[in-house]
Amino acid sequence: MNRTNLVLLKTLVWIGCLTPLLLLVWRAVNNSLGPDPTAEIASVTGLTAIWLLAATLAVSPLRALSPRLSWLVKFRRLLGLLMFFYASVHMLTWMGLYAGFDPGTIEADIEKRRFIFMGVATYLLVLPLAATSTTWSIRKLGGKNWNRLHMLIYLAALTAVAHYWWKVKTGVITPAPLTLVLAILLCARPILAWNRRRKARASAARV
Amino acid sequence: MLLGKPSDISSSEITPRDDYFRYLSRRRFLKGMAATGAAALGADRLAQFAVPQAVHAETRLQTVKSPLTTTGEQLTSYYDITHYNNFYEFGVDKSDPAKNAGGLPTRPWTVKVEGKVAKPLTFDIDDLLKLRPLEDRVYRHRCVEAWSMVIPWVGYSLSEFIKQCNPLPSAKYVQFLSYFNPKVEKWSYEDATIYWPYSEGLRMDEAMNPLTLLTFGLYGETLPNQDGAPVRIVLPWKYGFKSAKSIVKVRFLSKQPRTTWNDQAPNEYGFYANVNPNVDHPRWSQKTERRIGQPFYAQRRTTLMFNGYSDQVAYLYKGMDLRRDF
Repeated sequence: MNRTNLVLLKTLVWIGCLTPLLLLVWRAVNNSLGPDPTAEIASVTGLTAIWLLAATLAVSPLRALSPRLSWLVKFRRLLGLLMFFYASVHMLTWMGLYAGFDPGTIEADIEKRRFIFMGVATYLLVLPLAATSTTWSIRKLGGKNWNRLHMLIYLAALTAVAHYWWKVKTGVITPAPLTLVLAILLCARPILAWNRRRKARASAARV
Repeated sequence: MLLGKPSDISSSEITPRDDYFRYLSRRRFLKGMAATGAAALGADRLAQFAVPQAVHAETRLQTVKSPLTTTGEQLTSYYDITHYNNFYEFGVDKSDPAKNAGGLPTRPWTVKVEGKVAKPLTFDIDDLLKLRPLEDRVYRHRCVEAWSMVIPWVGYSLSEFIKQCNPLPSAKYVQFLSYFNPKVEKWSYEDATIYWPYSEGLRMDEAMNPLTLLTFGLYGETLPNQDGAPVRIVLPWKYGFKSAKSIVKVRFLSKQPRTTWNDQAPNEYGFYANVNPNVDHPRWSQKTERRIGQPFYAQRRTTLMFNGYSDQVAYLYKGMDLRRDF
């Protein structure tokens, strides 16, 4: 992919990923967030964050499908940081609009409610990833350590899905599509790795 | 006092101006009635009615005032009451029922009465509408999900209907079963794994409490399908899921019936489900609620014990441990 296309595509990703936020702000200003604005803000920010998490996890398996897709990695950090941004707004929505920034309420929520516990856990798992997203951090930590630290994203994917399922009512299956996508993305990794090893062995045998 | 003396103004007159305007403009838009001067109040409000929504075909009902109406609350708009619904047979999204409930066949409609009664009966909906004068009753409505509305319902006390059913002394509970037809309600199995038909129930003394409303309408008109047409129960001091919609069967029983959400998750939805700020839902606090239709920074308000109807209903639960029997 040449530089012009890359810049163009990055601009499109920025616009696309910020659209949910801009729409929220626009609707908040117009007082058209629907009957339950608080729930709408929580839902839009949460869903955007969790789907962006899926998008970051899609980068590696897609690259493994074809060497021609290797440029995708240039979008991973951007997608991850946008995910973190939405997760932050989502957390603020809970702490502000639900708990009224009351430390007691926030603490009680985390202590008593497993879906909130899981949500906070997810946020704390992605927080160090966002904090070490700079090139400087990668150099400072060293590629190996940095990679190891960023394996936390797999755990975050699991806690995020648990958070979503525990949020909806028993019997409601709306988190199913996201769960399926994340399951495929997580399972794709060992399968693709095994495939790579098999190919490597085959080529080694030929030599 | 949350419930006042008999109010001598009709529900339309206590509707806040902008909501009343929506109410009027909707009527004008659909029925060609002129609401003089109303356009000056905010033409932007008309925009939402200019977009074709579900076809509005509700009939005006003859109503009388009621001493049991709630005063001093701003009514939730007709639009929000009819576009923010939990009616899982028509989809799990709050906006789904307004889109999907159009196919609910509300005529002909009968309500079967069976169980511990002198003899089983079948009531036609049109006879039920004429059984007693229909009253305008504004009630606060509190969902277990911690949101709330204020709704001007139309109906009469369920006790009036129960008297017609001649329940036997052995009848200790009453169960309500909702309409269920997966051909009409094809969303019922799409988004959820729930055992249908929807079932709810009350203890006999709760059912006989005058606040328990057999409900046929809202805002002075017959119920839109998504709000439980043609007949539903409304229990203002209990979480919304207790108020069964689109009722086709009423059973009088000697034992506590199985109820849908209690079956789904007994730790989250109790049989009594009285609004109680002191008993949290396992997944959220019930101390506060979000009033529907307010801006996001002004939604939060304190939840009242029995949703503010303690004076009328607290006696029903004397001596009970409401933490255990939540």
